[in-house]
Amino acid sequence: MPTKVENWKDEVYGNEIRDHLMEFAEQGWESIPEDEQDAWFERFKWWGLYHQRSGQESYFMMRIGTPNGVIEPGQLEVIAEVADEYARGPAENPEFGDAYCDWTTRQSIQLHWIKLEDIPEIFDRLESVGLGTQQACGDSWRNIVGCPVAGKDKHEHIDAWPVAEELHETFKGNDEYSNLPRKWKVAVTGCDQGCGQGDINDLAYEPATKEIDGEEKLGFNVRVGGGLSRKEPRFSRSIDVWVPPEQAADVGAGMSALFREYGDRDDRFNARIKFLVDEWGTEKMRSVLQDEFVDFELPTAGENMRESYTYNAGGDEHGDHVGVHEQPDGNYYVGLNVLVGRMGVDDVYELADLADEYGSGEVRLTQRQNVIVTDVDSDRSDEFLDEPLLENYEADPHPFMRGSIACTGTEFCSLSIVETKNRQVRYARWLKDNVAVPDGVEDFHIHLSGCTASCAQPQIADISLRGMKTRKDGEPVEALDIGLGGGLGENPHFADWVEMRVPADEVPGYVENLLATFEDQREGGQTFREFIAERDEETLQDLAEAEETDYEDPYMHNTKMTWYPYVEDDDMQSSPAPTNGEGEPLQPADD
Amino acid sequence: MTTDVHQLDDGAWVSVNDSREVNVSNLWLLARSDFCGCELTDFLAEGFVDVSVDHPNIEARMAGRCIACGTEGVTDWLQVGRVIDPESGEFCAIDPESVHFPDKRRRLARPQK
Ligand code: HEM
Ligand code: SF4
Ligand SMILES: [Zn+2]
Repeated sequence: MPTKVENWKDEVYGNEIRDHLMEFAEQGWESIPEDEQDAWFERFKWWGLYHQRSGQESYFMMRIGTPNGVIEPGQLEVIAEVADEYARGPAENPEFGDAYCDWTTRQSIQLHWIKLEDIPEIFDRLESVGLGTQQACGDSWRNIVGCPVAGKDKHEHIDAWPVAEELHETFKGNDEYSNLPRKWKVAVTGCDQGCGQGDINDLAYEPATKEIDGEEKLGFNVRVGGGLSRKEPRFSRSIDVWVPPEQAADVGAGMSALFREYGDRDDRFNARIKFLVDEWGTEKMRSVLQDEFVDFELPTAGENMRESYTYNAGGDEHGDHVGVHEQPDGNYYVGLNVLVGRMGVDDVYELADLADEYGSGEVRLTQRQNVIVTDVDSDRSDEFLDEPLLENYEADPHPFMRGSIACTGTEFCSLSIVETKNRQVRYARWLKDNVAVPDGVEDFHIHLSGCTASCAQPQIADISLRGMKTRKDGEPVEALDIGLGGGLGENPHFADWVEMRVPADEVPGYVENLLATFEDQREGGQTFREFIAERDEETLQDLAEAEETDYEDPYMHNTKMTWYPYVEDDDMQSSPAPTNGEGEPLQPADD
Repeated sequence: MTTDVHQLDDGAWVSVNDSREVNVSNLWLLARSDFCGCELTDFLAEGFVDVSVDHPNIEARMAGRCIACGTEGVTDWLQVGRVIDPESGEFCAIDPESVHFPDKRRRLARPQK
């Protein structure tokens, strides 16, 4: 039997949601009939709006999809203005202030505390510079991800940016593919480093050469069925198909139509295409695609470049794009580290100005929650590096600051178990001040996700942290499961879960002890990932003890039970939500 | 009115008559369950897998973990609240921290309802 969500989608979904959204916005929050809220909130996701968690009713998270993370000249300033004017909530975050932008692990932008009533104006502002929120959430083609320096990178074999752009243009707002059984995440990689992260996407294009009519041609191998969510992480699997760039969109259309027709609409937990690949196997995947969904002969897979993938592979990597790098045109791109991907709005304005002044005005987002200023004049890169903004968003960050990623967590998210971003900021600072960096390590990946949905991609980090709870002196406290040794590269590997339910205030102590053991026992220049890989489960469990240190964690107390974790009076009953268009509390509905 | 229940946002919520009522991330104390070997299962709810109505009770099966012993899995049917006024559909949630008795037999009894 189709799920409730499928029934709602049958009634209204895709582009047509917009008119309803606009009408509700015009008439205000209270115009959404109470018994239709669930259905509308599910639908609003398609337009990039996700209703925030309990205690924050009437407020939305808004996601802006920027394909391949490319923010074109002129766009960033508008993003800052929108955040400044419309993303100010009723309370302040102690680390980031009261208006900020989140750069996400899928090269998108998230704003919070958005009021329904402001949406028409926000859409106008965004759309006036070619930005949009369409399909940023919901069951459809999501933001296309890829190597963030596509077109500006010396490692590149195919310029993947036009391909990503074509996919974006073909499938944004396309009614044929607007109602899929579940989200559809696509990655395009053109470089030989693997920075598109195709391994963890539903559909991946990876650079490959193929002899066609006696001629060596560049194109993509196709992989399907990657994803991290729940406790069912999968790497995408090769379906033995090569496609030239000019047919990439046709294969994307075929693959997503296959998903549309055969994906599981009866059980949302089983709907992602990774489960269909499990069930069918890759050969059937290929033959059904060939027989039913494309009208040309699919070439078999070409010669891939996975052997040279360094991105998040554990060793030396050009990987995260932080730092100063020369572009093929002689200019530079400069990657700046944004701790946990969140930037206060004043800094976003400043970043937009600097990008204009030193570069072309273009800024790009990475899948490591960082930003890149591209096209920096070749003779002005030193001057750029001296800009005060770069003291906080460094081009040469400390390895612990550089490697830190965190998802949204209990601050806004319904699924969350624990607080994430502010905690990870405190972890990174404490580690920087207290823990010796193992020799040769420049980028140590610690990813914190507030629940098993894995938005922070914990399974592909050196240290994976995932939200849990435990009891300390009988009282429930926030805790984390700890996994070790995950990463991508030629042979990607998901972290092995080693320590379970460690109270959150004992995690820094664990990391300190773990890295001491690593430094002590590693052989030669062994990387952390190699060190973990060669040890069995039992040995891993004995590597280090969790313990309290002078690290202090202000978020031990079940932050999900508060209306907002950081305010003085955080009691659920003290929440101002829901509010009207002016942000004034509404009387509780009398039902 | 008839009572309408479903899970929402990928199992984050039990929704009762289109109102988000029970959220993940609470600890539930389960007695006499065979979820794990503990006398009292100290269960962290990470997601709602299934919801149903057994008038006036609202029941759910939850995915999660016993934080005492580490066993992971899905619970039997558990009452998460009840509709106290069938006319208006008003819902009253159960305090997760009280002790609960998951119902193994209910699945068998369900078709008759
Ligand atoms: C209000 C709730 C949520 C918030 C704030 C949130 C936030 C995020 C963010 C910031 C990202 C990376 C950015 C992007 O996609 O552009 C992300 C990705 C992701 N989200 Fe969420 N998310 C929410 C709900 C969910 C839910 C309900 C699921 C359910 C399964 C989920 C699963 C994921 C996964 C699995 C990824 C990335 C990993 C991957 O599949 O490759 N999120 N989310
Ligand atoms: S990982 Fe979980 S807690 Fe974090 S944003 Fe995603 S759904 Fe929310
Ligand atoms: Zn137990």
